[in-house]
Amino acid sequence: MIYGLVASALVALGLYGLVTQPALLRKVLAFNLLGGGVFLLFGVVAARGGDPVPQALVITGIVVAFAATALALVLVLRLFQITGAATIAEDETRR
Amino acid sequence: MTLLLDLILGLAVVGVAVWTLAVRENFPAVIGFVAYGLLLALVWVRLGAVDVALTEAALGAGATGVILLFAVVRLRGGRAEIDAATPGPRQRLAAGILCGVVGLALAVAVLSLPDPAPSQAAAVARHLPELGVANPITGVLMAYRGLDTLLEAVVLVFAVLAIWSMAPDRRWGAVPGPVFPVQSNGPLSLLARLLPPIGIVVGIYIAWVGADAPGGKFQGGTILAAMGILAWVAGLWRLPPVASRGLRWAVVAGPLAFIGVGLLGFVFADGFLSYPPAIAKPLILLIEAAMTLSVAAALVLMVAGPPEGRRA
Repeated sequence: MIYGLVASALVALGLYGLVTQPALLRKVLAFNLLGGGVFLLFGVVAARGGDPVPQALVITGIVVAFAATALALVLVLRLFQITGAATIAEDETRR
Repeated sequence: MTLLLDLILGLAVVGVAVWTLAVRENFPAVIGFVAYGLLLALVWVRLGAVDVALTEAALGAGATGVILLFAVVRLRGGRAEIDAATPGPRQRLAAGILCGVVGLALAVAVLSLPDPAPSQAAAVARHLPELGVANPITGVLMAYRGLDTLLEAVVLVFAVLAIWSMAPDRRWGAVPGPVFPVQSNGPLSLLARLLPPIGIVVGIYIAWVGADAPGGKFQGGTILAAMGILAWVAGLWRLPPVASRGLRWAVVAGPLAFIGVGLLGFVFADGFLSYPPAIAKPLILLIEAAMTLSVAAALVLMVAGPPEGRRA
């Protein structure tokens, strides 16, 4: 039950970071915090019934989250290489 | 005693997560994130989900940490731009309140779950003997939710393709990622010579034992990939160019074996991805072996990133 509350807190924290952090790298990080919370929430609900199905799906989820993170970081780096921007802020001074 | 342990672990996870978000520099944030991943793996052990803990430690903390560090080293500066784009206190307060409401709603949902908990554990256990697999997690991944696992294997291939496609035209066909100079001495050189022989055995063992105990293709493949990355970063192993046929086959071998066996299900069993009971175990082992290779190859390539060297 403690971990259910921990997972809820992680989801809230990750969401807050995703919304308020301007740097893209930090947004990716916050997104992974959020993902960890969602997986944990899934796991807490599954652990109550000793159910292997959600556990297997969380493993699938972690692998897909890694692939998505890798792609997101490559996009961030490419954006940085091309425009020199580290954020996606609407900024007139850059143009 | 265990309650105290859970309490400390839970507070530590939340504390590290807060620090990861709050710290100003990128580098300590990534280190915080790796610590968060490892603590989360301990939480999974406490929940009795050792398979998930292995995956979280290897992929969620380890591999994600490595690619984040690669990105941190390359993303320099931008401090003024980031400060200018940081939302003001009022916006942050609003975001904080909204996110807090989401967290509270989830907490209330967790606290008011139905009793007794619904579970598919009995249904899974009933059919495990037919598969010849003793680890229920592997049983679910390969049989009941085989389609999900297949799609995930395909996702890895597409992720590699998408990352490669970020390369400028003139770099296409070259070696992926930076080329590291050979380290002739120092701790990295020692570890890169000492660990791979052990790690390769451990990785294959974890993949093999997944049928009966915690482990499997993703966890084992990640360990194999880590050994490859170690040798690559130390300059002892050069990645093949993206134009290499062998490399491309290694990435698609797992999904191809999975789809091939799945299609055979139409002829010899009840349909796509259903295994004939007599040879279910050998077929699952074949898929797991090919998938371990493909997972390892895909992970190394995702860490390396798009081709950067000159065309071979």
